[in-house]
Amino acid sequence: MTTTCYHCGDAVPADCTLEITVDDAPQPICCSGCHAVASMIFGAGLDDFYKFRPAPTGRPEDISAGRVDRYARFDEDRVQQDFVFRDNDGICEASLLIEGLYCTACGWLIERSLDGVPGIREIRVNPATGRAMLRWDPDQVHLSQLMAHMGRLGYQPHPVLADAMATQANRERRSAMRRLIVAGLGMMQAMMFAVALYFGQYHGMDPDHMQFLRLVSMLVATPVVLYAGLPIFLGAIRDLRNLRPGMDVPVSLAIGAGYFASVWVTFMGGPEIYFDSISMFTFFLLVARYVEMAARHRANATNDALARLVPDTAIRLGGDGGEEEVPLRDLSLGDRLLVRPGATIPADGTVLRGHGRVDESMLTGESDPQVRYAGSSVVGGSVNLGDSIEIRVDRLGQDTVVSHISRLLRRAQAERPGLARLADTVARYFVSVVLVAALTVFAVWWRIDPAMAFPVTLAMLVATCPCALSLATPTALAAGTNRMASNGLLVTRGDALETLAKVNHVVLDKTGTLTEGRLGVVEVRRLSDCSDRQALAIASALEHHSEHPLARAFPRDPAGAPAENAEVVRGAGVDGSIAGQRYRIGRPDWVADLSGAGVSDELARGAWVVLGNEHGLLAAYRLADRLRSDAAETVAALQAAGIDVEIASGDAPSAVEGVAERLSIRRWQARMSPEQKLARLRQIQAEGAVVLMVGDGINDAPVLAGANVSAALNEGTALAQTSAAMVLLGGRLRHLADGLATARRTLRVIRQNLALSASYNASVLPLAAMGLVPPWLAAIGMTLSSVVVVMNARRLCGRDHAVGRCVLPPANTRSQGVLQP
Amino acid sequence: MNVIFISIPISLILVGVAVWAFFWAVRSGQYDDLDSPAYTVLSDDDDKKRPRKKDNR
Repeated sequence: MTTTCYHCGDAVPADCTLEITVDDAPQPICCSGCHAVASMIFGAGLDDFYKFRPAPTGRPEDISAGRVDRYARFDEDRVQQDFVFRDNDGICEASLLIEGLYCTACGWLIERSLDGVPGIREIRVNPATGRAMLRWDPDQVHLSQLMAHMGRLGYQPHPVLADAMATQANRERRSAMRRLIVAGLGMMQAMMFAVALYFGQYHGMDPDHMQFLRLVSMLVATPVVLYAGLPIFLGAIRDLRNLRPGMDVPVSLAIGAGYFASVWVTFMGGPEIYFDSISMFTFFLLVARYVEMAARHRANATNDALARLVPDTAIRLGGDGGEEEVPLRDLSLGDRLLVRPGATIPADGTVLRGHGRVDESMLTGESDPQVRYAGSSVVGGSVNLGDSIEIRVDRLGQDTVVSHISRLLRRAQAERPGLARLADTVARYFVSVVLVAALTVFAVWWRIDPAMAFPVTLAMLVATCPCALSLATPTALAAGTNRMASNGLLVTRGDALETLAKVNHVVLDKTGTLTEGRLGVVEVRRLSDCSDRQALAIASALEHHSEHPLARAFPRDPAGAPAENAEVVRGAGVDGSIAGQRYRIGRPDWVADLSGAGVSDELARGAWVVLGNEHGLLAAYRLADRLRSDAAETVAALQAAGIDVEIASGDAPSAVEGVAERLSIRRWQARMSPEQKLARLRQIQAEGAVVLMVGDGINDAPVLAGANVSAALNEGTALAQTSAAMVLLGGRLRHLADGLATARRTLRVIRQNLALSASYNASVLPLAAMGLVPPWLAAIGMTLSSVVVVMNARRLCGRDHAVGRCVLPPANTRSQGVLQP
Repeated sequence: MNVIFISIPISLILVGVAVWAFFWAVRSGQYDDLDSPAYTVLSDDDDKKRPRKKDNR
């Protein structure tokens, strides 16, 4: 059995000796990145983080994330004017979108950790929206320092503009919350008075008292109906105007008719008032709406994510050769830009000078860096891995490839098939039945006994009001979602779970999904008598000085001897001395130059990184994208569950074939553009399959949105995650198989619930139509049916598996507390 | 039973106060995040000086 890292949960490489002391016992750590973060957390006394987090955190990939200079540009006034607000006392306020923030434990960690930093006036982290609100004193601390602090904790902060969308979502949420409060409090009051009135019916009641209780019932029910219930009425009016009657129509009919009948009875006298029942309906309906709204808001976060792919500033070269840092929106076509090594290319363009390798994996899925010379074109959003290059801006804003992909994404989202339409159809059918039945009942009773016609019709509308029916699905979904989250699969869209249960075809991306999406050492070749371990220590110490992606493949060992006089030679490697001995690591021919040794053809041709000193070559490392440790297990589990598994990758055929072979996946396709992937998906769907897409890169975003249901790995690009309906926590594929089982169980519970509530409604409908259901019985029956449904859903929360480590529900199951009895 | 003519209006006033209090809480953003606060109370360190805990022992 392999040991797993205490911080990130990844397997610890056999050659790694890092550990951290927790409660006087050493715990293994997989890399120095994790070590640094864990040490920082323990050093600050924030160890509770490990107790409360629902799943292991992502691995801190980017070693430069904690460096202040990386964020220096956000300290400039010109850049800050876009997103920083300064109040009269000179205190700055900004909102940051935090990558990697999924659970309350993360939010707690960031809040606690930054609270102690001098100059911080206030920090509030909201895991539900993935944002942090910061207030700081610019005289005491720079924003870049605060951002670097978050980076050191393993989270990537991105400043966000106060966009209209988010503000609107916030307003909507607050308004919904206010209506919910009014309906809830009103409901409680109305029911309290109703109990008194019911008692009064049996034991006799002074008419004055009864009249008074009816009056106050009306007083508390009025705001519930007119304020809290307003969206329901507006929805019904919109439905009627569009001639597409939905659930809102009979519901508003029942609420409206019940209210006005009760008002009539209150003033003119009569047997019964319904203020309690209609307040309760309104409350339950609003709860269901709130759940739906929370899910929708989460989906909208995509816009933010896309914006952050492109760097917010670019370096423009003036005519005199001077460099000037300018915000992106100030760029114009034809500008000459300088792209430094490691920087993101700000716009689509043509290389004018220099040549380098460009990482386009986020856009194309191609795992190997692409070589770009003067004259070749580069795509905005890709990362320059080579030397500095100079580019000319060819396309900006809406015309760039990134924008194109985002348009594809929006289209795919708009085309989202299936459940929503089905629900509409069912609702319309149900609504028509109820309306027709109500009309018939009214007509029949009008002939039998006009005095009873209205009360009976109303009783029927009340009794058939889908209280249990409306709770059946959301409660089971919430319970199932919670259960899945504690197993490491976050559901971000309401309908994802239902669809997941029906999935019979899984399409997997390769780069970053089946593989780790980053380079790792896959083969070591000894070229001298220096032991592998020694050689690796030297290599790590040297590469520690480089920010090159190749350098990240080497594990960091803080205990090892540091390299001195280390110098990073662009396009070649690192040169430095350790314990008096001079070493080089990097391109084979360059390393060989140090000792004058020859390089074998094999090393020169393949993707080898070589370590050598003045006496010769020591070792060679082949770097490649490694398969995830749980990929084989997951694919096998999915196939065992009778699901077709297929790979759709943007990478080269040879790479894809190798992976497919090792995972015994028969169907695979390589070199696919996002459009082709989407087309392939449509083709499978047309054949009748329900497709789960699992992906990672931005190129997958439209495909993720176009699939019936989609999942992203949380190491992946932010965009892919937010457009995906589910997120696999900690980059673990195996949660998929668990999640699938839970989803199927949830669907079973939903069916049971629907059957239960439907049979209640169906049996009570004829009884109510015959006028046999007294109000108190209807109330008890309705409540009981709701309780049964909720209790049935609760069964999903049972922890019969060894899940124990999850203490927290994740941020996106926020409405749960409201739904539970 | 005539006491209800007094007690119920009083309870309604209290409900009014509760609604106002809730509205105020919503307006001041206390309902924007419904999850974290519930769990932060479980951790025993609501002491802001916690980062310097090591010095205290």
